[in-house]
Amino acid sequence: MIGWLTAQEWGIVLLSLRVSFWATLLSLPVGIAVALLLARGRFPGHGLLNALVHLPLVLPPVVTGYILLVVFGRRGPVGGWLEAQFDIVLAFRWTGAVLAAAIMAFPLMVRAIRLAVEAVDAGLEEAAATLGAGPVLRFFTVTLPLILPGILAGSVLAFAKAMGEFGATITFVSAIPGQTQTVPSAIYAALQVPGGEAGALRLVLVSVLVALGAVGVSEWLSRRTRKRVAGR
Amino acid sequence: MSLSVDIRHRLGGFTLDARFEAPPGITALFGRSGAGKTSVIRAVAGLLHPDGGRIAVDGEVLTDTETSVHVAVHRRRIGYVFQDARLFPHLSVGQNLAFGRLFGGRIARDEVERLVHLLDLRPLLGRGTADLSGGERSRVALARALMTRPRLLLLDEPLAALDAPRKAEILRYLFRLAEETSVPMLYVTHSVAEVAQIARTLVVLKEGAVQRSGPTAEVLADPAAVPALGVREAGAVLQATLHAHHPADGLSAITVGDVPLLMPEVEEPPGTLVRLRINAADVTLARERPATLSALNVVPVTVLSIRPGEGPGAAVALSLGPERILARVPRRALVALDLAPGLECFAVINATAISRADVSVGALA
Repeated sequence: MIGWLTAQEWGIVLLSLRVSFWATLLSLPVGIAVALLLARGRFPGHGLLNALVHLPLVLPPVVTGYILLVVFGRRGPVGGWLEAQFDIVLAFRWTGAVLAAAIMAFPLMVRAIRLAVEAVDAGLEEAAATLGAGPVLRFFTVTLPLILPGILAGSVLAFAKAMGEFGATITFVSAIPGQTQTVPSAIYAALQVPGGEAGALRLVLVSVLVALGAVGVSEWLSRRTRKRVAGR
Repeated sequence: MSLSVDIRHRLGGFTLDARFEAPPGITALFGRSGAGKTSVIRAVAGLLHPDGGRIAVDGEVLTDTETSVHVAVHRRRIGYVFQDARLFPHLSVGQNLAFGRLFGGRIARDEVERLVHLLDLRPLLGRGTADLSGGERSRVALARALMTRPRLLLLDEPLAALDAPRKAEILRYLFRLAEETSVPMLYVTHSVAEVAQIARTLVVLKEGAVQRSGPTAEVLADPAAVPALGVREAGAVLQATLHAHHPADGLSAITVGDVPLLMPEVEEPPGTLVRLRINAADVTLARERPATLSALNVVPVTVLSIRPGEGPGAAVALSLGPERILARVPRRALVALDLAPGLECFAVINATAISRADVSVGALA
């Protein structure tokens, strides 16, 4: 495959994979926490949090990207603070692409995990408590293993969504070749120049392969864990 | 070890207002479904916060709404065998047991072996929980709860899914465990037969309130408790000594005090103490001693008290030797036989009516 793609295209694919990997990994703990909060929590502002989580799903991606630019840009309230305090710059960097992809994929991840949490029989957690397990132990020995299929499904969905994210990413971090140009923006760019179809086609093929691989891996993982969780 | 419960709780239209003491040994919480049995034991486990009241084990307060004490469930060291077993589906049977052992009271290794052997769990240890039978699930759940070395064991109809022989075996085991270890047990059931076999104390719940409570033999022999227990199920439990076997016709001779009785054969050596339940409907009364009777058992009794029921029946409490039994007779017979407290008459008990399921080995409390 290395010989089949040009060095530049290979770089684009690797960048996309790297962005999606980090976007999925970093949003996972937050996603689990928010899913638990939405599934189990009873607090004022429950509805607001739910709406906020789902916002990227319904907003035009360009709008989400613009909001990110305003908030996390170098002059934005959060972006400026991050740069001053930790020397972290997100706008027009690949790290910014991670943030954009994570936020766009977040609703899908939370949804999948939340469904899994809601399917857990609370009676099992009660049983664990009567057996002497405190809240933290209960979470790690009972709840977490039981929602693992949902976590895996959510992660695969989020990864796929991150691989395909275009609008928010291009608005927030642009598509700087070698820095922030991901597979979708590279395909778009290739189609804008005469004779770019061949390059676009190769990237399209890569996208299809990655998507098929992700679906296959997730099927295999979820079948395995579902069997385990069902007690077989 | 003893448990004292005094709680009030509202749940929708249902009001629970229960107060009772559970001394060492097995205390049966008896009542129809919806009587509040499960709510009571959930409160004892700490899974339900009652609106008001106090729960203490051996003087240690677990719940006290007045002083806002509510010890967390996992710190109570109270074993709970749920009606639906609640085995962890992602763990094997062995891992389920290890869970109790790990987080609970660290039971000794030979004790684990004994439990595994006694509940016949060895062949199940490596298996998943999905295709266990109902009985297997109950046994695993019971073992898992015992692995925590609880100071009190709550059992919510744990034997409902078991077949009769296995049920009898586990009842015997629970009985012995309660006697040997002084772990008090709160045993939820709606079977009078189970109550009679193992419970030292009986608490009868009806519509959220304790209707009767006290030593099992006393409550079961009380005609006033008959409506709460159900007229078909009512019957006293009494203490007898195995006297001799008559293998030729499958009967055993027992004595209640010095009154001899015949019953279906019990496979225990003569001299063994047994407790047996005699269903009130199986006792017939006669003014004169009937001469020849297929029932075989005709014993002199004295009428203690009479309680006419709502329907055609009446419950009559009788003294039989040192024990008390109950008879359920038609109300019309009260008049026909001119039954009144203090009257000496004869009770006719069919020897084959004493069911094997109603017999258990051991002394009454």
